[in-house]
Amino acid sequence: MVFSNSAKKIVFCFVLFCFGYFMRSQNAVTDELNSIHGNFQLDGQYYEADSLIGAPKVPEKFLSNVFGNINYSKGKFSAGVRYEAYNNVRQGFLPSYKGQGIVNRYARYRTDLLDITIGNFYEQFGNGLMLRAYYEPGLLYDNSIDGARIISNPYKGVTLKGVIGKQRYFFSTGAGIVRGVDGEVNINELFDSLLGKKKTRVILGGSFVSKYQADQDNSLILPQNVACYGGRMNIIRGGFNFNTEYAYKINDPSADNNKSYKYGDALFSTISYATNGFSILFQGKRIDNMSYRSDRNEGLQNLLINYLPATTKQHSYTLFALNPYATQLKGEIGFMGELQYKVKKGTLLGGKYGMEITVNYSQANGLKQYGVRDSTTNMTFYQTKWDFSEFNSKNKVISTPTGTVVTNNENLNYYHDFFIEVNKKFNKKFKATFMYGNQFYNRNIIQFNSVNAGFKNLRTDLALIDLTYKYKSSSSIRLEMQGLFTPDQSVETNSNLVAKGNWATALIEWWPNSNFFMAVYDQYNYGNPNDKLKIHYYLGTMGYNSGPHRITVSYGKQSAGIFCVGGVCRVVPASNGLTLSITSSF
Amino acid sequence: MKKVILLSAAVLIMCSAFISGDGDKIPSATLKNLDGSKINSSTFSNNGKPIIISFWATWCKPCKKELDAIAENYADWQKETGVKLIAISIDDARSASKVVTDVKTKGWTYEVYIDENQDFKRAMNVNNVPFTFLIDGTGKIVWSHNSYAEGDEDKLYENVQALAKGEKLKH
Repeated sequence: MVFSNSAKKIVFCFVLFCFGYFMRSQNAVTDELNSIHGNFQLDGQYYEADSLIGAPKVPEKFLSNVFGNINYSKGKFSAGVRYEAYNNVRQGFLPSYKGQGIVNRYARYRTDLLDITIGNFYEQFGNGLMLRAYYEPGLLYDNSIDGARIISNPYKGVTLKGVIGKQRYFFSTGAGIVRGVDGEVNINELFDSLLGKKKTRVILGGSFVSKYQADQDNSLILPQNVACYGGRMNIIRGGFNFNTEYAYKINDPSADNNKSYKYGDALFSTISYATNGFSILFQGKRIDNMSYRSDRNEGLQNLLINYLPATTKQHSYTLFALNPYATQLKGEIGFMGELQYKVKKGTLLGGKYGMEITVNYSQANGLKQYGVRDSTTNMTFYQTKWDFSEFNSKNKVISTPTGTVVTNNENLNYYHDFFIEVNKKFNKKFKATFMYGNQFYNRNIIQFNSVNAGFKNLRTDLALIDLTYKYKSSSSIRLEMQGLFTPDQSVETNSNLVAKGNWATALIEWWPNSNFFMAVYDQYNYGNPNDKLKIHYYLGTMGYNSGPHRITVSYGKQSAGIFCVGGVCRVVPASNGLTLSITSSF
Repeated sequence: MKKVILLSAAVLIMCSAFISGDGDKIPSATLKNLDGSKINSSTFSNNGKPIIISFWATWCKPCKKELDAIAENYADWQKETGVKLIAISIDDARSASKVVTDVKTKGWTYEVYIDENQDFKRAMNVNNVPFTFLIDGTGKIVWSHNSYAEGDEDKLYENVQALAKGEKLKH
C-alpha cells in the first residue's frame, strides 16, 4: 500500500496524537505537566446573490473555513498539529486554499540553554523587517517556516537564533529556501555587575537572512542567493523609549519590482515618551524596494519573508476602517505622531472617572524615483534620494537641458489620516466615545497599484458617537453612529466601486446578560448619486459566549471593504446571506 | 484509505475537545517586558495567590474596556485577595510601541508583557482577543473566558475571591 504525501502526514499526526493520549492516560494522576490543548474555529456562510451590491452567485451556496489546533506538552517537550479544511474557501480569500489537510506540525524541545524546533514554526527577527513568519487565521495569513529552528541563551542577556526551511504555500511549501541568523544582546543584563542598576537600558541586535531560489529565467541572470541584513537598537530611560531598525537587501529582481536590479532598504524608528496620564509618540519609516519573498514570481500576501509595518493607525470602527492604508512594498515614506492625555479625575472636564483624549496624524507618500539609463542593457532603472522631497506634494515645472518637465508629485500622496478621539465615563452606568477624523486615500495606488487606474482620490471627513448604557450589573445596551462625508459625491467611497458619496451607519447592540448578545446594524450609502444604489446594508447578529466558547450567527448584507486584523489587510467582497461562526478552545 | 484516515483524524480532533486540560501549568513562551528584557511565561508566579492573565491589543476596543473596568477596582481586588493581573499584548511591530504609551496614559498598574509574534497566544490556544485566564495559587490554569461584556469583571472577581479562599470554580 502506497500512501500519498498528505496521507503520510495524517498518519504522522495520528501516531503523535495516540502517543500523547497514551502518555496522558498513563500519567494523568501522577504527572500533571502532561497536557493536551487546542482550539477550533469554523466560519461558514450561506450565500445569496445580490446583483445590486455586487454579491456574486456562489455555485456551492455554502462555503466554509475550518481549522483546529492540537498541542501536546510534557515538561520540556511539546508537539502539535493544525488541520485546515476549505470546502470550498469562503469568498474574499484566495481560491488556492482548496481542500483540506494537515498544514502545520511541529515538535519542540526547550531548555533555558537550548530550544530546538523541527517542523513548522513562527519566528520574528527584530521588528520583522528582514524575517517574520506569522499566522493570522482571520486573514488566512500563514507564512510559517517548515524546517528547523534553534534558539540559544548562552549567557544572561544574550539570545541567538538560527532558522532554515521552506515557507508554507497553501497546502505545500514555496520554491525557495529561507536561512537566517539573529543575535540580540541586552547590554544591562550581560554586564549585570557593571550596568545592571543603570537607568538607561540598551538592547542591540542584528540579523542576516538569505533566500535561495534557482534561476530558471532564459533571458536574465538572476541572483539565486539573495541576502538581507541589518541591525537594531532599543534605548529605554525612564519614560523615554527609542527603537530603530535598518535593513538592507541586495538586488532581488522579482515580479514585485519588474525585475529591477536595484538594492532595497528599510528604516523603521519610533520614539516615545510616556508618564502617568500623558504620552507622545512619533514613528517614521522609509522603505525602498523591500519586498522579500521566497519565490520571486509570487505576489499578494504569498511567501513573504519579511514584514513592513504600516505607520498608520489601525481603526476598529467600520467607516474609519473603510478605506485603510496598506504598506506599498515597492517603496514609501511615512510617519505617525500621536498624543494621548488623560484629564485627571475630580477636575471639571475629568469628572469622577477622568477623560481620555487622543490626537493622531499619520501620512504615507510614495518615493520619488529618478530614472537612470544603463548603457550596456539600454534599460532604464531608477534611484531614490534621502532628501524627503516626497512630502512636497505640489506639481512643479522644472527645466532640464532637454526641455521642461512637470513633476508628478501629487501622485506621491498616498494616504493621510487625522483623528481626535475622546473617551469619557460619565457615571457607573454611562460611558461614551466621540471621534472626528479626516482621511485622504489614493485609490489608484492603494487598491490598484497603478497611477493610471483612473480613480479620483478620496477625501473624507468622519464622525462617530459610541454610547454604552449599563442598566443592570451585567446587562447593557450600546448605540453607535458613524458618518463618512465627502465633498465630491461622484467619488468612489468603497473598494467595490459601486458605493459613492456619503455613508451613515447605526448599530444597536444589546446584552441582556453577559453570555448573550443581539445586534442590528445598518450601513447606508445615502449619498450615492444613483438613487438605485442608495443601499441599506442591514446585518443582524446574535451571539452566545460561554467560557472559552463562542457562537455567532448573522444574516444580512455586508458591504465590500478592506478588512484588517493584526496589521494585515485583505479585500472582502460584498456578500449577502447567513454567516455562522464558532470558536472554541480547550 | 485516504478518506478513512482523514475521517479518523477529524474524529480525533473532535474527540479531543472533550479531553479536559483543566488544571495544567502555564505553557512556556518568551515574552518582552516593557523595559526590553525577556521573561518566560512559565515563571509567572504570585506567592500562592491567584493570577489573572488577560490577552489584549492596543487596537482592540473591548479589551481596553475590560482592562479599564478592572483598573477602577484593581487596588481593592489586590488588597482583598492578593490577586495579580498580567496583561499580554498581542500587538505586532506595527503597534507594539503603542503598548507602553497606552498603558502609561491610562495609568494601568498591571504587569504588562508583549507577545510580539503571538507565541504565547498560540501556546494558550487563544482564538481572538480579549481572552482571560485564571491561574490558581498552585500555578494551574483553572478558568478561561473569551470576549468582553459589560459586567464581566464582576463575575471574574467572584471567581478570584473563590480561588483566594481555596474553593473550586464552577464552569
